[in-house]
Amino acid sequence: MNAATRLKLPPVVMPEQDPSERVHNIREVPFGFTPAMAVQEAQRCLHCTNQPCVEGCPVGVRIPDFIQAIESGDYLAGIGIIKQTNLLPAVCGRVCPQEEQCQKDCTVGIAHGDVGQAVQIGKLERFLADWERENHAAVIPQIAPSTGKRVAVIGSGPAGLTVAGDLIKLGHAVTVFEALHMPGGVLGYGIPEFRLPKEIVYAEVAYLTRLGVDFRYNTVIGKSLTVDEVRRDYDAVFIGSGAGLPNFLGIPGESLLGVYSANEYLTRANLMHAYDENSDTPILHGKSVAVLGGGNVAMDSARTALRLGAHRAMVIYRRSEEEMPARKEEYRHAVQEGVEFHFLQNPLEVLGNPEGWVTGLTLQEMQLGEPDESGRRRPLPIPGQTSHTLADIVVVAIGNNPNPLIPAALPSLQMNRHGGIITDEETMETPIPGVFAGGDIVLGAATVILAMGQGRKAAHAIHALLMRTTEIARD
Amino acid sequence: MNTICTREELGRNVVRYVVDAPLVATHRKPGQFVIVRVTDHGERIPLTIADANPEMGTISLIVQSVGKTTREMAMLKSGDTIHDIVGPLGRPTHIEQFGCVLCVGGGIGIAPLYPIAKGMKEAHNHVITVLGARTHDLLILEDDLRTVSDDLIVTTDDGSYGAKGLVTDAIRSLVNGGTHIDQAVVIGPPLMMKFTSLLTNELGIPTIASLNPIMIDGTGMCGGCRVTVGGEMKFACVDGPEFDAHKVDWDSMIRRLGTYRTAEQVAAERYNHECRIGLDAAEAR
Ligand SMILES: Cc1cc2nc3c(=O)[nH]c(=O)nc-3n(C[C@H](O)[C@H](O)[C@H](O)COP(=O)(O)OP(=O)(O)OC[C@H]3O[C@@H](n4cnc5c(N)ncnc54)[C@H](O)[C@@H]3O)c2cc1C
Ligand SMILES: Cc1cc2nc3c(=O)[nH]c(=O)nc-3n(C[C@H](O)[C@H](O)[C@H](O)COP(=O)(O)OP(=O)(O)OC[C@H]3O[C@@H](n4cnc5c(N)ncnc54)[C@H](O)[C@@H]3O)c2cc1C
Ligand code: SF4
Ligand code: SF4
Ligand code: FES
Repeated sequence: MNAATRLKLPPVVMPEQDPSERVHNIREVPFGFTPAMAVQEAQRCLHCTNQPCVEGCPVGVRIPDFIQAIESGDYLAGIGIIKQTNLLPAVCGRVCPQEEQCQKDCTVGIAHGDVGQAVQIGKLERFLADWERENHAAVIPQIAPSTGKRVAVIGSGPAGLTVAGDLIKLGHAVTVFEALHMPGGVLGYGIPEFRLPKEIVYAEVAYLTRLGVDFRYNTVIGKSLTVDEVRRDYDAVFIGSGAGLPNFLGIPGESLLGVYSANEYLTRANLMHAYDENSDTPILHGKSVAVLGGGNVAMDSARTALRLGAHRAMVIYRRSEEEMPARKEEYRHAVQEGVEFHFLQNPLEVLGNPEGWVTGLTLQEMQLGEPDESGRRRPLPIPGQTSHTLADIVVVAIGNNPNPLIPAALPSLQMNRHGGIITDEETMETPIPGVFAGGDIVLGAATVILAMGQGRKAAHAIHALLMRTTEIARD
Repeated sequence: MNTICTREELGRNVVRYVVDAPLVATHRKPGQFVIVRVTDHGERIPLTIADANPEMGTISLIVQSVGKTTREMAMLKSGDTIHDIVGPLGRPTHIEQFGCVLCVGGGIGIAPLYPIAKGMKEAHNHVITVLGARTHDLLILEDDLRTVSDDLIVTTDDGSYGAKGLVTDAIRSLVNGGTHIDQAVVIGPPLMMKFTSLLTNELGIPTIASLNPIMIDGTGMCGGCRVTVGGEMKFACVDGPEFDAHKVDWDSMIRRLGTYRTAEQVAAERYNHECRIGLDAAEAR
């Protein structure tokens, strides 16, 4: 097939649950590609020699190569290519902000002048990963002979899972310590089932367990074990404790009944299954839910509210549609499901009744001024323009900061002004020898793939360190 | 999975468990707590570590049945397992030689008070303990506290045991009688903590209170345990659970505890119905 023919092929539409139906269940929204659909979508790729897509992927997945494998029907080869650089393709294919990464500069999208027309790299990645899982085709890789070295990984989010996966294959013994009773970090407690089925996360963890990774749940490092004890018992430590500290707005009324942080709202719903009537964990079922923020966390909260039976779910964001950081697909899905968007509105106060329950919000109307340091136009209040809106639940989804537990337990770590651990950019090593860090605890709330990218860098550096010390010991 | 070694009824609807939890036993300090999930579909609930035996790798938990999860826990026998226990969480109590320390406990709050009183005694303080209960058979741990206190006063609302009245009455008469108190610690039902704290504020006695807001993760991740202290938002699981009692916004904290009252009643009723146990729900609070 020549390039001109390929360019004429329209994007294959992935079938999805109907919006009116899916707001009543928690099952995943897109159904995935059939093999025929995947092959058809793969045919849209031009196999560019300059590979702008690979440039755009933070871990440099060999995109044209795996797409070629799909086109020729060799799915096993395709998934093998992805897994060389990306341990969790079933996750990334679903949650990466592709339109800002691999698909952003895709030649096909550029040729059509619309990033929405780019080759759907993420969906193809998901296809291969799902194919592998559903066909139990995961190849158990060759594990290097034991090096006798032990590595401790703190946190089982994407950063920690990546480090564990890379190092176990190189022959090191790996223990993952997780504070919660369940693995995955945000993949488990934060991102809802309808966007990332938990079965996928468990399958990845089961795979790592088969490779020999030892998972210890209910273990808070800094509390159940001190960081010094961990350092004493292990040859290297990786801190992947994430950005689990929810921000609040600091406005009046935030301790009223019915005000949640998004973390609490989503944790109750996901980790503790509060959407299930038989779960013991309660959650308030509001009629009218106002979500404050404009990122993925806000989309997830608003869509969760609908699934919990809210008649009205509103996203209240202080900038405009254009600046909204949420993935485009999540925004589209939220709109389809009937989530209302109120742009250029900044909450000033949460209002309550005399019994202390939330009744609504006072909002300040905003306009956009000059760009700020993030490059987005700064929202400025329009004097005198305020309004009220009714709500019986308010979910604060304005971001998370690095979890301070480990930094507090290890005072010799250095922190940036957002509370992130400062590391060497190449090795991810902290100023404390043998202690590495990566993911949201370094970047602040970022993305799954960036967390995994840092995990991979750290794994390389940890391996190099452990082999160096092995050499020295042998001399 | 943590195995229950022993089970003992301490009073009406109050059970003491000694549970296998080696890491918690060796790392905990007075004032810290664990989060427990009884079954694998269960809720996560915080419970204070009432005592620990590091050599045996065990901790004791004292649980009062008030709702679905605590009732479910009360059904467990020795040899049964608790699905998850995580901890020790929270900051330990600040224990030093203050001089005369007043330990005030009410209801199930007497359980978390015990390790603190013990710690204060070991730090060579003169420990005066005041325990409050609604009625005599709701009083727990009197003997344990007596062994770590120089003086122990009991009050009951109905006068069925000790002095009739509230703990605040006992504190006032202590001070009126000339006792000088350097530091107070209060743990109990929120209303009792509020009124004790108002009184000690008036009397100029520095006071710490151990707060019991609703929690989920216990690691600072959800913000559900937030309380207002000195006008600032604090997360009780990581910044507390103990705070300067005189700075706590008690009314907001008490209100937030009632967030799930209806949902909890439904869960508890369903549970009661399901297993038809005869626990006395009327004494839940
Ligand atoms: C609701 C929500 C939606 C999101 N949507 C997307 C999306 O669509 N696409 C995307 O790319 N990114 C998304 N993100 C961001 C992404 O999930 C994170 O960037 C990523 O999970 C960070 O990975 P991590 O491994 O650094 O940390 P985390 O995933 O946060 O995992 C950290 C783990 O460490 C554990 N831990 C913390 N402290 C300790 C300790 N002291 N001892 C033991 N364990 C500890 C925690 O319990 C947790 O399990 C979303 C985030 C949220 C909250
Ligand atoms: C740091 C901390 C330490 C604690 N230590 C102990 C302890 O050692 N022993 C013990 O028996 N309990 C202790 N508690 C309280 C215990 O966690 C609650 O009783 C338990 O969560 C109730 O769960 P449930 O499902 O049985 O009842 P629910 O059905 O959840 O609640 C039943 C009733 O109890 C009230 N309630 C709910 N949560 C709490 C709470 N956190 N504190 C007080 N009342 C509550 C509800 O308003 C309701 O009226 C502690 C709480 C905290 C935060
Ligand atoms: S990992 Fe993410 S950015 Fe990279 S190719 Fe896959 S979907 Fe695109
Ligand atoms: S840029 Fe687009 S068309 Fe070109 S190789 Fe990558 S995916 Fe294929
Ligand atoms: S219990 Fe979640 S932050 Fe304290």
